[in-house]
Amino acid sequence: MNQIINFLGENIQMIYIIILSVFVGVEVIGKVPAVLHTPLMSGANAIHGVVIVGAIIVMLNTPAENILSLALGFVAVVFGTLNVVGGFAVTDRMLEMFKKKK
Amino acid sequence: MEIKYILDIIYLVASVTFVLGLKMLSHPDSARKGNLYAAFGMTLAIVGTILLYNHSDGYTSREPIKIILILAAIGVGTVAGWLTASKVQMTKMPELVSLFNGMGGACAAIIGLMEYEHNLGKTGALATIIAGLIIGSVSFSGSVIAFLKLNETMKKPIRIPKYNILNTVVMITLVLFGAYIVYAQPEHLFLVVLLFVFALVYGVLFVIPIGGADMPVVISLLNSFTGLAAAFGGFLYQNQVMLTGGILVGSAGTILTLAMCKAMNRPLSNVIFGAFGGGTVAGSGAEVNGSIKDISISDTAILMNYAKKVVIVPGYGLAVAQAQHVIHELELLLEERGVEVVYAIHPVAGRMPGHMNVLLAESNVSYDKLVEMEDINPQFANTDVVLVVGANDVVNPAAKTDPSSPIFGMPILDVENATNIIVNKRSMNAGYAGIDNLLFYQPKTSMLFGDAKGVLAKLVSELKQM
Repeated sequence: MNQIINFLGENIQMIYIIILSVFVGVEVIGKVPAVLHTPLMSGANAIHGVVIVGAIIVMLNTPAENILSLALGFVAVVFGTLNVVGGFAVTDRMLEMFKKKK
Repeated sequence: MEIKYILDIIYLVASVTFVLGLKMLSHPDSARKGNLYAAFGMTLAIVGTILLYNHSDGYTSREPIKIILILAAIGVGTVAGWLTASKVQMTKMPELVSLFNGMGGACAAIIGLMEYEHNLGKTGALATIIAGLIIGSVSFSGSVIAFLKLNETMKKPIRIPKYNILNTVVMITLVLFGAYIVYAQPEHLFLVVLLFVFALVYGVLFVIPIGGADMPVVISLLNSFTGLAAAFGGFLYQNQVMLTGGILVGSAGTILTLAMCKAMNRPLSNVIFGAFGGGTVAGSGAEVNGSIKDISISDTAILMNYAKKVVIVPGYGLAVAQAQHVIHELELLLEERGVEVVYAIHPVAGRMPGHMNVLLAESNVSYDKLVEMEDINPQFANTDVVLVVGANDVVNPAAKTDPSSPIFGMPILDVENATNIIVNKRSMNAGYAGIDNLLFYQPKTSMLFGDAKGVLAKLVSELKQM
C-alpha cells in the first residue's frame, strides 16, 4: 500500500496528464462523423508514432561501444519513422481526395 | 536559461498540435490542415529530442556515430514510409494502416527490451517497461496478422480447438509472467526476451480466430494498444509529449472501437471471443427457398432510366473491381436524365468505417451524395431501384430475422423496402461473413452477375444509347 501511494505521489504530474488526456481524447473524437473515421484512425495511428521519441532517447543514452544496443535502437527508430511518416502521408492522401469534391 | 526548458516548451507545443490536429480531423473542411499541424508538431518533437534531450543523470552523449545512425534510420524510415504511402492503392489502405500501427508497436517493444537492464531495482519503472513491452509486442504481431488477413494472404480464419480457453490461459500466463519479472527482477535478459516472444505469440493467437469482417474493429483496438504502449514509454521517461500523444490515441482509439462495435450492434467481447466470420456457415439455420432471378443489362438500364430515385449501395466488391469511377459516371448520367441518385453508406461497408467514403471521394463523388444508414433507411420506401454493388452482409435481412445467424442484430440497410432491387455480384459466393443472403431469393430482387467494372461500363453505354 505504502509503495503504491509513494509511486502515485512521485508521479502525480504524469498522472494528471494521463487523466486529462483521456478526457480530451474522448471529447475530441466523440463528435467525428462516420465518414471521417478512416482518416481519423489513420491520423491517430500516425500520432502514436511519437514513440519514436523514446527510441531516439534510448539511442542517445546508449554508450557508443554497445553495438548490439545501437543496432536494436536503429531498428526501433526505423520502425518509429515508418509509423510517423507513413501514417501522416497516407492520411494526407486520403484527405486530399475529400478536398477535390465539388 | 536551461536547455531542458526549451525542450519542454517544444514538447508542449507538439502536444497542443496533437490535440488540435485530432480536433480538426473531425471536420471535413479542416481535416487536412489538422493532419499537417500534427505532423509539424511531430517533426518539432523529433528534431528537438535529437538536438536537446539530456538524461538527468548524464547518460546522454552525442558521438557522431550515434547521430549518424539516428539520422540514417530516420532517412530509411522516411523514404520507405513515404514511398509505400504514396504508391498504395486506396483499397489497400486498411492493411497499410495496420502495418504502420504494428511498426509503432514494435518500436515500443524494442524500447522496453533495451531499457530493462538500466532500470533494475526500480520496481515502478520496471512495471512500466514490462507493460509497454507486452502491449507493444501484442500490437505488433496482432497487426501483422490483421495485415495478412486483410490482404487475403491468410484467407480462412484458423480454428484452434477451444481457442477461447486457450487464449485466456495464455493471456493470464502472460500477465503473471510479466508480474513475476517485475517482482523477481532477473539480471539476465533471457527471461525478458522469453516474455517478448510469448507476447508476440499471444498477439498472433489473439487475432487469428477473428474473422476478416471484424478486422476493422481489431485494427482500431490495436491502434489504441500502440497508443498505450507509447504512453508507457512516456511515463518511463517522464516525457510529456509521448504521454499526451499516446494517451490521446489510446482513448480516441477506444472510443472509435466502441463506435464501430455499436455500428455492428455487437459488444466488443463478442467480436473478440465470438469468432464470427468463418466456420459458422452452418450456424445459419434459415432454409433457402425460392429461386434466383437474373436480369439483363438492357433491362437494368430501362428500369433505371425511368426511375425517379435510385439508391446505390456500394460494398467492398466495388472497390476490389476498381469500379468506383464508372459508378460515378453512371450516377452523373442518371442525374442528367432527371433521376435522383444517392449512395447508401453502411457504417461498416468496406474494410474500415468510412473506407467507402474515401474510395468514392477518390472518384470525385460529391460528399453530400453519401447518405448514412440512419438517414437513408426511411427513404427506401419511396425508392424505385436499389443497385447493390459488391455488398452483401450489410443488406442481409437475416440480421433482423434469423437469431441463429452470426450477424443477427447488426443494423442493416433496409433495401427490401424499395420497389426493385438489383444486386450485382460476381457469383453466388457468400459474403465476407461467410453466410448466405436471403435477399437474393426475394421476388423483388434480380441478380446482375458479372465483374462490377465490366457490368457497370456496359450499363453506362447502354444508357447512353437510350
